[in-house]
Amino acid sequence: MTLAVIFAYLAAVLSIGVWSNRRLAATGEDFFVAGRTIGPFVLLMTLFGTHMTSFALLGASAESYRVGIGVFSLMASSSALMVPVVFFFVGTRVWAVGRRLGLLTQVQFVRARWGSDGVGLLLFVVLVLLLLPYLLIGVMGGGVVLGQITDGAAPSWLGSLLVSGVVIGYVTSGGLRGTAWVNTFQTAMFMLLGAVTAVLIVTKLGGVGAALDRVAESRPELLVRGDAIHPLRLLSYTLIPLSVGTFPHIFAHWLSAKRAATFKAPIVLYPVCIAAVWIPSVLLGLFGNIDFPGLDGAESNAVLVRMIALYAPELLAGLLGAGVFAAIMSSLDSQSLSLGAMFTQDIVRHYRWGGDLSEARQVRLGRLFVVGVVAAVFVLSLVAERSIFALSVWSFTGFASLLPVVVAALYWRRSTAAGAGAAILATIALWTWFFLRGIGDPDYSVGGTGVMPVAVVFAGSAAAMIVVSLLTRPPVTERVERFVGQPR
Amino acid sequence: MAKRAVRVTAYAALPALYLLHNDLWLWDDPGRFLGLPVGLSYHVLFSAAVVLAMWRLVRVAWPGDTLAELAGSPDDGGAEGAE
Repeated sequence: MTLAVIFAYLAAVLSIGVWSNRRLAATGEDFFVAGRTIGPFVLLMTLFGTHMTSFALLGASAESYRVGIGVFSLMASSSALMVPVVFFFVGTRVWAVGRRLGLLTQVQFVRARWGSDGVGLLLFVVLVLLLLPYLLIGVMGGGVVLGQITDGAAPSWLGSLLVSGVVIGYVTSGGLRGTAWVNTFQTAMFMLLGAVTAVLIVTKLGGVGAALDRVAESRPELLVRGDAIHPLRLLSYTLIPLSVGTFPHIFAHWLSAKRAATFKAPIVLYPVCIAAVWIPSVLLGLFGNIDFPGLDGAESNAVLVRMIALYAPELLAGLLGAGVFAAIMSSLDSQSLSLGAMFTQDIVRHYRWGGDLSEARQVRLGRLFVVGVVAAVFVLSLVAERSIFALSVWSFTGFASLLPVVVAALYWRRSTAAGAGAAILATIALWTWFFLRGIGDPDYSVGGTGVMPVAVVFAGSAAAMIVVSLLTRPPVTERVERFVGQPR
Repeated sequence: MAKRAVRVTAYAALPALYLLHNDLWLWDDPGRFLGLPVGLSYHVLFSAAVVLAMWRLVRVAWPGDTLAELAGSPDDGGAEGAE
């Protein structure tokens, strides 16, 4: 029953993607940014679905199980504030500049802003390296979830293969338009299924109040922040959601908007979407302590799956599996397509490998790169260790610390190519420094102060941008005005 | 209130919310509010406050003219008289 529900869901997803192919015009702009035709509702749903991974369902409940309600303030309400702010101040301007200049990738954006091929290439390498572990986590997550939901009956490679195959199917078929449509469906699915799961389980536990009373009897420390979260950790964690401003896959969705006003709905309603997914996840993780006390490490990661097996087996387990697959694939699709766009546009087309690229050839190459990237990640998932999951916060740290480059491109007339290069190099150096010291310790902070490394890496990147820009020759005015606008 | 002052208050709400996100005064409070632990219900209400702040920002401080200029098309800024 569980597998049947999951297969039915995957078939539905694939059908939407293939159906979207009927609208595809054979141009690079249509394939990679949906011809800049996406409206407000689809943009909201696809941005949210792309940003939220399976962590919002399984990881959030597991963290809540371990450390309590503080997870919501740490990861959910911080994103509820920072993500719409980035959309307002960065996303809208990126869209406007991208529309005028016909941009399809971030590397094109940086090359057009500062006229530096080297800075563009440096950014390309950093973005690919930061995105690959993120992709790998998604593909491996599919395998882990299928194994948990079927109680080990389905091997993990099968889940990874299903996720990879279906994503390749609809991304290569419909490009970003297909991806956006599928994501809208998938986002609705995991929001709805999370809520249904929560209502069913909480009802069987006697309601929220009764369940909280039972948690308070055995684990009262989970109902406050207490020592589980350091105040400086909460303060510095608010920088992590800034990563949304430099994710290549979010960048592509920004460029796909039909008009600037299309951004208004995502800016206003994003916190509603976050609350709708995270409140049920956090409460269910908390209530997992009632029936499954004392789970450690990997066991606690499956607390939501265990609760469903106890309270609502079979159909709901299948629906939850579908919901988690939806959350995984709605990120993986956009990530793989953005990498396909980067390889096609920033390397093959930019360096004119094989001469000028026709529009049709751009689409063919984009499809080939998507297949290549996802296939390579699938093979890697067969040999990678589970500890790869610890890389996600490090990946976010790197992306967040690149934000000063994008902000300077859009707002600071005096910023230079050398400043942008210095900011990227500072990010690489500081990130590596902290990564070598902190990997393997989920509670690592700078000098044990509670401050997360992202605060220092971000500050170092911004400082390098400012200092080196001021020390180098100002850029050409015409180039600046295309990104910052004319002085008022 | 002048348009400029209205816009300034909309922008000022953002750093204010950033500070309010750090609710140290509720850190160890075991009480409940709206049926949830107060440290959780505070952040749910905080998220609702962000919705209102962003709605106001979009209404009174939408940079329509700048976006139209950058996009190279006067119809694409979504201006609604802002700026």
